[in-house]
Amino acid sequence: MNFQNMDVVSIRDFNREQIEEILELSREMLPYARGEKVTRMLEGKILGNLFFEPSTRTRLSFESAANRLGAKVIDVSQISTTSITKGETLADTIRMVEAYSDLIVLRHPHEGAARLAAHFSSKPVINAGDGAGSHPTQTLLDLFTIQQEKGSIDGMNVVILGDLKYGRTVHSLAEALTLFGAKLTFVAPEALQMPIETVKHVENMGGSITCTNCIDDVISDADVLYVTRIQRERFPDPAEYEKVAGMYRIDIDALREAKKDLIVMHPLPRIDEIAPEVDFTPHARYFQQAFNGIPVRMALLTLLLGGSL
Amino acid sequence: MRDIKVTPIRNGTVIDHITCGQALNVLRILGVNENNIDSTVSVLMHVPSKKTQWKDVVKVEDRELDPKTVDKIALISPNATIDIIRDYNVAEKHRVVLAPRVRGLVRCGNPNCITNKREPVEPEFAVDNQSPMVLRCIYCDRIQNNITDHLI
Repeated sequence: MNFQNMDVVSIRDFNREQIEEILELSREMLPYARGEKVTRMLEGKILGNLFFEPSTRTRLSFESAANRLGAKVIDVSQISTTSITKGETLADTIRMVEAYSDLIVLRHPHEGAARLAAHFSSKPVINAGDGAGSHPTQTLLDLFTIQQEKGSIDGMNVVILGDLKYGRTVHSLAEALTLFGAKLTFVAPEALQMPIETVKHVENMGGSITCTNCIDDVISDADVLYVTRIQRERFPDPAEYEKVAGMYRIDIDALREAKKDLIVMHPLPRIDEIAPEVDFTPHARYFQQAFNGIPVRMALLTLLLGGSL
Repeated sequence: MRDIKVTPIRNGTVIDHITCGQALNVLRILGVNENNIDSTVSVLMHVPSKKTQWKDVVKVEDRELDPKTVDKIALISPNATIDIIRDYNVAEKHRVVLAPRVRGLVRCGNPNCITNKREPVEPEFAVDNQSPMVLRCIYCDRIQNNITDHLI
């Protein structure tokens, strides 16, 4: 399949075969991502890293991925240092960076920014998060983590817990997991439950879905527990937030009935939703998941820039 | 005997088969309340219709609609028909046709969408469904719920 010069704005830009190819190449990238092997296959290429919003993992892992492949990175990590403060449009910024680099990675606070960038750039654009919109490379590394840790995604019971209403990356994850045959359980307080349109969409894709507000009812059947942050700002009453956050906090006690091989994932950063004591259990995979951002992004950069191992 | 409530027009446009209740929105699209029409506009609301039981009709004298206006009418009333009248005769008759993508007709209702942020792009929507009308912003992917309030 030819990925060259393709834009990656949404996970919906890919079909299952394309995602499988990315995951396969990600696996081959693992020794290079760990530094056990060395490659310079993207030597001479320049990555334009535009981060107009705070990010630790995504920005660093794109930078690390490019370095591992021998590419150079030019970057903007603070709006205050750019002409945006003088009123320059994103469209003009993109046209300028397009001339300076071979591929643009964009994180932006406004939804649709990556689609707009792709519209104005003839070089490939990767969406590294646009406001509350998509974050396709996060979805890819989530799929990769499940596949690596469980051997397969097909038939897995994946429990997704947290703010499912507003976290749109969770909606993309639900769609992608359905594409790969996972069974989904959504656990959230009623006010933060998965929107009905997403549930219907996933069901129309042939997905199997259970919705509940109680983690204790479903933890024993789970193969994967995917925890997301419940955002304080969604609650007008701080006391209500504390109550809900407490109910959905994962600690060793909450995992008592879990399968031995359950894996716990989290896109990070976590605040209070996973107790630090869980880090030392065999269930914890969120740091491995963060590492997996490197091989997955290496694979994507390679495919979009026409490199080969 | 046929009961004619509004007399035929000599020249102009008859927008017929408007979805019942949408005539006032058609007037908004025509810009009637902006004092930019010098001719008579007749509005019939809740008129019996053979096809849909009830319909609205708008007649605009001495004006033929441009394609962009027709496209906007298609968004709120996909079954409307446009009759161009010249010298009391129907010179042209066509249905409004909605393209699979609509550009520059509606603003995105998501205030955080990049198309609402002083960027040099026209808002663009994919028509996911025509009945009921479902428009999806091709930039931020949000569904536009209230089309009439966001017409440009």
